[in-house]
Amino acid sequence: MTFVSRGFKGRRQVEAAADRVPPGQYVTDDFPVLSAGPTPLILTENWRFTLITEANEELTWNWDEFQQLPHEQVTVDIHCVTKWSKLDTRWEGVSLDTLLAGVKTSARFALAYSHGGYTTNLPLADLTGGKAWVAFNYEGAPLRPEHGGPARLLVPHLYFWKSAKWVQGLRLMDQESPGFWESYGYHIYGDPWKEQRYAGD
Amino acid sequence: MIDDDRHLDGNAIGGLLQVLFGREMTHELGCCGNCGAVNPLGATVVYVDAPGSVIRCPACGSVLLVAVALPTGVRVSIESLRWIDLAEIGA
Amino acid sequence: MERTAVRGRLSWLLADVVELIPETPRVKSIRLRVPGWTGHLPGQHVDLRLTAEDGYQAQRSYSIANPPEGENVTITVELVDNGEVSSYVHEELRVGDRIELRGPIGGYFVWEPARGGPLQLVGGGSGLVPLMAMARSLGGAAVPARMLVSARTQEDLIYRQELSRLPTEIPDLRVDYTLTRSQPDGWKGYARRVDRAMLGETTFDSGQNPQIFVCGPTGFVESVATILRELGHPPERIRTERFGPTGG
Ligand SMILES: Cc1cc2nc3c(=O)[nH]c(=O)nc-3n(C[C@H](O)[C@H](O)[C@H](O)COP(=O)(O)OP(=O)(O)OC[C@H]3O[C@@H](n4cnc5c(N)ncnc54)[C@H](O)[C@@H]3O)c2cc1C
Ligand SMILES: [Zn+2]
Repeated sequence: MTFVSRGFKGRRQVEAAADRVPPGQYVTDDFPVLSAGPTPLILTENWRFTLITEANEELTWNWDEFQQLPHEQVTVDIHCVTKWSKLDTRWEGVSLDTLLAGVKTSARFALAYSHGGYTTNLPLADLTGGKAWVAFNYEGAPLRPEHGGPARLLVPHLYFWKSAKWVQGLRLMDQESPGFWESYGYHIYGDPWKEQRYAGD
Repeated sequence: MIDDDRHLDGNAIGGLLQVLFGREMTHELGCCGNCGAVNPLGATVVYVDAPGSVIRCPACGSVLLVAVALPTGVRVSIESLRWIDLAEIGA
Repeated sequence: MERTAVRGRLSWLLADVVELIPETPRVKSIRLRVPGWTGHLPGQHVDLRLTAEDGYQAQRSYSIANPPEGENVTITVELVDNGEVSSYVHEELRVGDRIELRGPIGGYFVWEPARGGPLQLVGGGSGLVPLMAMARSLGGAAVPARMLVSARTQEDLIYRQELSRLPTEIPDLRVDYTLTRSQPDGWKGYARRVDRAMLGETTFDSGQNPQIFVCGPTGFVESVATILRELGHPPERIRTERFGPTGG
């Protein structure tokens, strides 16, 4: 090893204030699209969001019902494990607190599942307390399909792979079950401020 | 499958496959464990811009292989591949 | 098939940058000499790896533009806005530098004269690169070959002079052009995106059973391959190499 390409620094030039950007991240103005599969085109008239409890009880909203829930507007920083961070992104969505309000559960974990088969796991405590949304607007416009539209999970305090695109629902569980990337060696929790990129970090 | 402009062809991970199998693999045939479609590995559908590379069946979209670059090296997961041909090699 | 080119272990090699050739305002060819190179086939690519002082690495694939010629490997790189690797190649790399690569890679998107014809090539933007390696290796092979080339403007057309010369040297090769964004005065080629009518007019029809190679930005390859299937070409005769989003 130890060959160095003369003059190569990588893309990571933009230094931002250390309290804004987690270790190892660089700031981008783009919104890179990361996909593990084809972009599903989901019509809002076919869209559903379903909560499945540990007792297998299901709670489902269609698009109209979902839109009638209280909306929240948030401005947050997002951090992708591929090392870009994007500051002050503006979203509109429904808080998971709202969605979980009527649900009787003692589950401690959740597995988000999406169209196309993607999954990601989160502690339920990270989805409640004003920390997570099902977001359908980005920068004032409907979320585009390549960014997860009609709606994606938004959990900005964890690496962005946790913010599942094209989210279809949440399965609440007593035991933690690793999602797609987590099962291949990405960190089970994924706190960007602790640089929890990979299992063992 | 859905039209999108993100994916590449199996050729794009030819280097990884060659490291994995010790020989050129993109012209070898693989059979999807989900739908049974048989295609050269060079004709599979590949997503490389995710946190890892995901190789899918061009017929049904099932995940055939996943490769993740971990700090310790590359981790390869063989998911839904019923078989791969290694032409001209005895078992 | 030349076995040495498709077999064997793959390891990182250090290549010397021998020459930088501007092709268009946004595209450069880089001539490399690669000690330890085992030879290659037209259509194959290399993986390029850049390493920063602190160990950070970036890796990308680039098609090989030249036909087999000893230890010489030429790649042709289009500058992508904010592109990590392409902007390094364009703005930093100099003659005398060394660069790490591994290859040759790929045995599927490959053509050589021994495989016969007819040979149909369809390229968009920098997707011309591996097809050019194939066209350049036609020589006196007497293989009927056609090439459809798509670029935004005449200025963006890579290998322009060589492309206009090739059919005079290789009578079995026909080259058609389309410029999708703007055309010079007196332009005789097509002036729109590749569509069904254009492919029908310029390419071998399915009855001639050509081997087809399509290369370029993913969207371009997607639409061309779809139309070719609709025109009756069996999927296994259509080989594709997608370079990624946009460009070209
Ligand atoms: C098998 C194979 C062969 C290839 N051969 C060639 C070749 O001969 N010549 C060549 O120039 N390129 C070729 N490419 C594309 C090349 O590998 C890189 O993707 C390209 O150079 C961009 O890399 P980058 O680091 O500069 O940009 P990145 O830093 O990766 O991307 C910068 C931005 O541009 C976008 N982007 C990514 N790729 C492209 C693209 N291709 N066009 C436009 N925007 C893009 C990204 O989404 C990102 O927003 C090939 C790709 C493959 C898979
Ligand atoms: Zn399949």
